[in-house]
Amino acid sequence: MAELLQILISGLAAGSIYALAAVGFTLLWQASQTINFAQGEFVMLPAFFVLIGMTVLGLPMWASIILGLLLALLILGLAFKRLIVEPMLPHGTLPLVIATIALGLLMKESVKEFYGATAQPFPAIFPQTVYNIAGASVSVQDICNLIVSMIAIGGLQLFLNRTRTGRCMQASAQNPAVAEILGVNVKRMVLYTFLINAALATIASVLISPIYLAKFSNGETLGLVAFIAAIVGGFNQIRGALVGGLLIGVIDNLSAVYVSAEYRSAMPLILLIAIILLRPQGLLGTPEGRTV
Amino acid sequence: MTRYQPVLLALGVAALVVAPLGQGNYIIYTLCSWLLFSIAAMGLNLTLGYAGQVSLAQAAFMGIGAYITALMTLNGIHWSLAAIVSIGTSFLVGLALGYPALRVQHHFLAFVTLAFNTLLFLVLRNEEEITGGSFGLVGMPRPSFFGVATDGNLPFYYFSLVCFLLSAGVLWWILRSPWGRAFKALRENPIRAESLGLKIRRQTLLAFAIGSAFGGLAGALQAPLVQFIEPGSFALIHSLKLLLMVVVGGSGLFFGPMLGAAVVILLPELLRFTEGYYLIIYAALVIVLMVYSPNGLIGLGLKLYEKFKPRREERRDLKQGVQL
Amino acid sequence: MITKLLSATALVTALSVVPALAELKVGSIVELSGPGAAAGTNFHDGVKMGFEEINAAGGILKEQVAITEYDSQTDPQVSRAMVQKAIDDGVYAIMGTVFSSSTVVNMLVARQAGIPQFTGSEAPSITSMNNPYIFRTAFGSQKGVPKMAKYMADEMKVKKVAVVWANTEFGKGGHTSFLKEAESHGFEIVADIPTEQAQTDFSADVVRLKGVQADAAFVYVTEEESARFLREARKQGVTIPLVGETTLIGHKVIELAGESANGAMGHVGLTPDANIPAMTEMVEKFKAKYNYTPDHNAIKGYTAAYTLKCVTEMVGEPDSQAIAEKMHGLTLKVADCPGILMDVSWDETGEMSRESFFVQVENGKQVVKAILPPN
Repeated sequence: MAELLQILISGLAAGSIYALAAVGFTLLWQASQTINFAQGEFVMLPAFFVLIGMTVLGLPMWASIILGLLLALLILGLAFKRLIVEPMLPHGTLPLVIATIALGLLMKESVKEFYGATAQPFPAIFPQTVYNIAGASVSVQDICNLIVSMIAIGGLQLFLNRTRTGRCMQASAQNPAVAEILGVNVKRMVLYTFLINAALATIASVLISPIYLAKFSNGETLGLVAFIAAIVGGFNQIRGALVGGLLIGVIDNLSAVYVSAEYRSAMPLILLIAIILLRPQGLLGTPEGRTV
Repeated sequence: MTRYQPVLLALGVAALVVAPLGQGNYIIYTLCSWLLFSIAAMGLNLTLGYAGQVSLAQAAFMGIGAYITALMTLNGIHWSLAAIVSIGTSFLVGLALGYPALRVQHHFLAFVTLAFNTLLFLVLRNEEEITGGSFGLVGMPRPSFFGVATDGNLPFYYFSLVCFLLSAGVLWWILRSPWGRAFKALRENPIRAESLGLKIRRQTLLAFAIGSAFGGLAGALQAPLVQFIEPGSFALIHSLKLLLMVVVGGSGLFFGPMLGAAVVILLPELLRFTEGYYLIIYAALVIVLMVYSPNGLIGLGLKLYEKFKPRREERRDLKQGVQL
Repeated sequence: MITKLLSATALVTALSVVPALAELKVGSIVELSGPGAAAGTNFHDGVKMGFEEINAAGGILKEQVAITEYDSQTDPQVSRAMVQKAIDDGVYAIMGTVFSSSTVVNMLVARQAGIPQFTGSEAPSITSMNNPYIFRTAFGSQKGVPKMAKYMADEMKVKKVAVVWANTEFGKGGHTSFLKEAESHGFEIVADIPTEQAQTDFSADVVRLKGVQADAAFVYVTEEESARFLREARKQGVTIPLVGETTLIGHKVIELAGESANGAMGHVGLTPDANIPAMTEMVEKFKAKYNYTPDHNAIKGYTAAYTLKCVTEMVGEPDSQAIAEKMHGLTLKVADCPGILMDVSWDETGEMSRESFFVQVENGKQVVKAILPPN
């Protein structure tokens, strides 16, 4: 029983991070038809900005995190949208997919060349104390990660549904032409989406790097999990990405212990295939009608 | 332009025939590698460029072809039979995978194929008794045809060249046939194609399966070339590399995949002098290429050609069509 | 007059035919990108530093060594192509690769060309393929693991063991060796836990470990995964001893795992903390030059460079065949060849033996518990 509880808690903690990456991925897809194959690297990079702030510039941790956030917003949000997505959108999704694949490669190799190939320890924001709850070891860090992710995603949901800007963003995503007619600055709304994705990626980065250790190759598995979580949860709902992320985190851990450690990565993949074939809109998504 | 085509083609083939003469082992090996990746990329081009379906599993089909060929040739069966089985199996697996997956929107096919590729990798790695697991399979013999052995690098190159020309020929024939025109119709305007009586599902399924079969052939060639295969060579990253080849070369254009394969395989070579930075430069170049020419390199070439070609002057009064 | 002119001309011509500044070419085929980049970069930096020192001291046989690097991208096929390329470029010896999955493939090419290859790989299969041109720079796991298992049986008196291993060629090699040793020492394997390369989340694996009754756990994964595993084990309160071979208790792991590394123990072939002045000196020089702490791969590369130097000089000329033959059954002593840091011998298959250490991590340092003789 303690074992099951441990697995669930660890799974939820890991899943909350996947959820952050998945939400950003979903947002980009909804707002600008961008399948961002570099999403994993987006989560890997801000940690290195923070590390640069701390080691090269000698700033204290919180200042470095703010620096990391600003750089992420600038590079992963603004520059990404202006330089890569905008020129390529009229040409269809495929060239953009290739460009994001290349971008992911570029980011990965740049970090490897300019910072270092080996993993770097990353300072933890939350204390590492471990509590024993009914036989399961739960660290304060795990709980805080879960809470921060929930707050971030919950806050995002509120923002999108309750504020004017948020509703404008939703409108731009659903029907840009009509939104433009109604006076919404569609381009700016799309920019906001990219900025939000960059911010979410930074949060995820800062939360997982203490556990995973900052390394240039962190993005590979994270990216894949983000796609799976986004699709399984529901491509057109933010709540879906949250549920998807948590679900994948738990299933991954459960299958490693109870099914087969060798095939642990297979379970989320099989789930992905099953969901796509049986319920393409995801667990929480709303069915998208076929646009003729 | 069409007048020159046969001449250009003959020149191209001749160039391919003379290319490896007098070169070191490494260059010949790289050329063989380019030929077999071109075959796989041609298959992916059929699926992606002509039928518009994003497949991220081409490397998995190469893996199927390679492992079947390896297992069969290691047990004494001749390569040609192994190759036929590889192609057939890839075709059938493509059908089986495509049938349910093509019911959904095309970006979902990308994810299903992505998942399939990773699953295949896991199976290849974990089922040690059959596939040798992480240790892989080593020592595949190179085939000999009618007494001519292909053990040396040069004979093997010509053998690969023959396979490559055959595949290109088959693809050309497919595209010229009614099937091929149906594919093009599908890509341009699926709704109208359907209204004209084309069965979209069947056509796309066929395109996907045939593309996968090409991948199987490429894998069947890879096994004797490298004489060692392991699951890592067929992981997702290689499917992405193949996708890159097709799009960078020019998807939907016949020679695109060959150019793309050349770029992806040879460009790192040319950039090697930059040492650690070559992947960064390479990735940056791909991004720039995509931004400025989404139709890939051939598209870029065509655009430039359009600019310099003498333009037809339209009669202004006929611009709107005859007004009767 | 004519004779003077003729002899003067002859003299001048003879003097002007200066022997071309012949360079000895060595190729370093390593993982500079892909998952193996950390290990490959370490190995290559060690090789570079070694040859720079050798060149500064006059080179090999009075000739400078030109070392060219080739990136194998951690892809076995690319590594094979790179070895071919290096041979086409005229190298007389090859350093690398580190990843066993690549070495198994590319060594066939070096073998065909008769070029001696000094690899950093540890998988047992490499020296069991009858290749007379392959030489190790650190023992294979089939040598290291028995030493460790013997210590576990004799000193630690373990009976029930859990095995945590990386599902790669490297990890499989150690896993297979350990299972063999377990059989001969009579250990009972209570849990067999495979993990993925570059795995980040070890909570499930530690849960499985906790779920069984074991006296100790043999942990054989690569460095970063070792660090993550140790952290997770500490977090979940694992109390049994964690024993490793080379990777678990490496310095990089200690740096990354911090406090969680204390208490881990294992067998290492090389350790900067072993009170071997040559080793400590090399590590300090490395840190000063490259700004990071070397791991055992860097030491492998460094000793490989010096091994090549000493053997070439013993043979008297850069003859690849003669060097390969000389290496078999050779014992190099530090007194004769200081760069190799410790006495080392190679056998007929290219496998090496050397004294090694059983260490435990205490307070962030490796403390030597026992010195194990070469086997």
